[in-house]
Amino acid sequence: MARWGMVIDLAKCTGCQACVVACQAENNVTCVEPDQAALGRIISWLTLLPELKGEYPRLTMRMMPLLCLHCDSPPCIRVCPVGATGITPEGVVRQTFSRCIGCRYCTNACPYTRRMFNWYRPEFPAELQQALNPDVSVRPVGVVEKCTLCHHRLIRAQEEAGVEGRPLAEGDFVPACVEICPAGAMYFGDLDNPDSKVSELARNPRAFRYLEELGTEPKLIYLAEGEWAGVEKQPQ
Amino acid sequence: MLKNNHSSSDALGPDAVLLQPIVATHSAFHYIALLLLGFGTLGLFAWMYQLRWGLGETGLNVPVYWGFYITNFVFFIGISHAGTLISAILRLSHAEWRRSITRAAEVITVLVLYFGVGSVVVDLGRPDRIFNVLRHPNMSSPLLWDVCSISIYLTASTIYLYLPLLPDIALLRDYAGKYTWFYRFLALGWQGTERQWRWLDRGIAVMAVLVIPIAISVHTVVSWVFGMTVQPMWHSTIFGPYFVVGAIFSGIASIIIAMALIRRIYQLQGYMKPIHFDHLGTFLLVFALLWFYFTFAELLTTYYGNDPAHLVIFYSKLTGRYAPLFWTMIITCFLIPVGILGRRQTRTVTGTVLASLSVLVGMWLERFTIVVPTLSHPRVPWDKTFYYPTWVEIGITLGFGASFILLYMLFTKFFPIVSIWEIREGRERALDEVAERVKSYLPDEQLEGERMAES
Repeated sequence: MARWGMVIDLAKCTGCQACVVACQAENNVTCVEPDQAALGRIISWLTLLPELKGEYPRLTMRMMPLLCLHCDSPPCIRVCPVGATGITPEGVVRQTFSRCIGCRYCTNACPYTRRMFNWYRPEFPAELQQALNPDVSVRPVGVVEKCTLCHHRLIRAQEEAGVEGRPLAEGDFVPACVEICPAGAMYFGDLDNPDSKVSELARNPRAFRYLEELGTEPKLIYLAEGEWAGVEKQPQ
Repeated sequence: MLKNNHSSSDALGPDAVLLQPIVATHSAFHYIALLLLGFGTLGLFAWMYQLRWGLGETGLNVPVYWGFYITNFVFFIGISHAGTLISAILRLSHAEWRRSITRAAEVITVLVLYFGVGSVVVDLGRPDRIFNVLRHPNMSSPLLWDVCSISIYLTASTIYLYLPLLPDIALLRDYAGKYTWFYRFLALGWQGTERQWRWLDRGIAVMAVLVIPIAISVHTVVSWVFGMTVQPMWHSTIFGPYFVVGAIFSGIASIIIAMALIRRIYQLQGYMKPIHFDHLGTFLLVFALLWFYFTFAELLTTYYGNDPAHLVIFYSKLTGRYAPLFWTMIITCFLIPVGILGRRQTRTVTGTVLASLSVLVGMWLERFTIVVPTLSHPRVPWDKTFYYPTWVEIGITLGFGASFILLYMLFTKFFPIVSIWEIREGRERALDEVAERVKSYLPDEQLEGERMAES
């Protein structure tokens, strides 16, 4: 069985945020009004985390695309009183919207703050209602939502492979953010398959996992920038 | 069942005054009740409003997902340690001064627990799905441990309140002259036979032993809701005992305030004497010192741990945004109560009440400065958002407080707030019993005499 994981090469990432928009559109994530956004109530399964390093004038900024890390030892699922979140055999940390009671214990237990709450009933402008993805349910008010690793795409890929009577091949199942990345900075695949691209990259000396000292065992792996990262352009 | 024709003053002697609140009601009672009902209605309206539109009507945000409601939850559950635990400890240790205060304390426990549970229900995004905790329980969640321990505590403390009420309900059935059917039903056929007394004594003794570990488990589990996460300054082994100490601390404070109001309103100065306030005040002083010890130990360990994620929160409390709340807490939980209660001259009724009011404010702030600062400083650098409660949260908080006081007032109108039979037992039997007990502590006279003779 596959163990799905993702690698993001920070040296390639341009910070264009195409992944953020693709995720929003693919998963019917609600658009939050500006006044609510000012209160800090934006729902984004995938966000670009700005990280400032150094001091002015030698200041560099690293943009880390941050989504649910699908930890192998997730602090969030242990605390859910009703089992509305759990981990699938393939390592996807799932959320059952229809069971969630909205206590927000998981949002507080996640050290990465990657779980979002529906403060109001999600609303979509008329123009966007035509563009809703029929494969993904729109969440009700008062429940927690999070990245599902485009689980609906996995189901479809498995069904298609099943119809063709073959095992799932690499590249059959790719989440929307990985598919859209124009810089090719995001990789996705089976971490248990030693020949897969993600396994190979995960063994790269640049590879690190965010806050891995917490013992969460994330399946989102970053590749740090090379030694040239942040070097100011030499005057010609 | 024979209807007793004697009037209550014949049968109860000087203790007839304890039935007075049930027999007659002052008009001021109605005005205060109406005012409290108004606040209760405001709270109900606020909750309806929140149900209609969603939790967006609160001041909560990302990452401060918990605020007033969870603070109230911890605070109310803490207050609930007033009654049952303290009354059980005093009963088991044969503290004779307990007799006039146990009932007033036990009622606090039972009533305030509903508001503790209510605070969590109000905090849920989907209260309509609350029964999922029974349909799909996940036993690894500390919140489910809470569900279990609080239900057990509510059951046990209700039984523990009800058992010692039985003889008094029977008195009301025979003498109150109103709601007789109600008291007859609740008295469960109590006639005061020797066999019934034997069973009652045994029942109370068993419950008194049972409720102590249950009460301690309740607040330990509440603290574990925070302690079992990996979040900075929540993930701490000290939280279990720290929360239990804080709970008993705020519990004693609320008993003192309740007693002061009862003695003043119902003219029960003869039953709740300065000596009671002096003893409870000493108790409160001990817990103020214990509370400070725990707070100090926790902060010093955090400081020396030098973990940046913890220190951000540490400094936000000591010098940062939450410093006004934090230092108010230190003043109201430690400096004021120790200053007042540490001196015998100020450990009066007024003094203990002032100290108790200060402790209640401080303990609420303590709960708040545990819940919110950690959430506002997550490990992942997040946009700075601040948490301010909205009118909905303040309304519900006021509504809960007012409804609790209202229910407590109503209880005093239906049941004697001082246990009549325990006072009578004290008058009739306790003096001899205590003399006997003190004698048993002393060296045996006969043996001493023999030894003297031998030498």
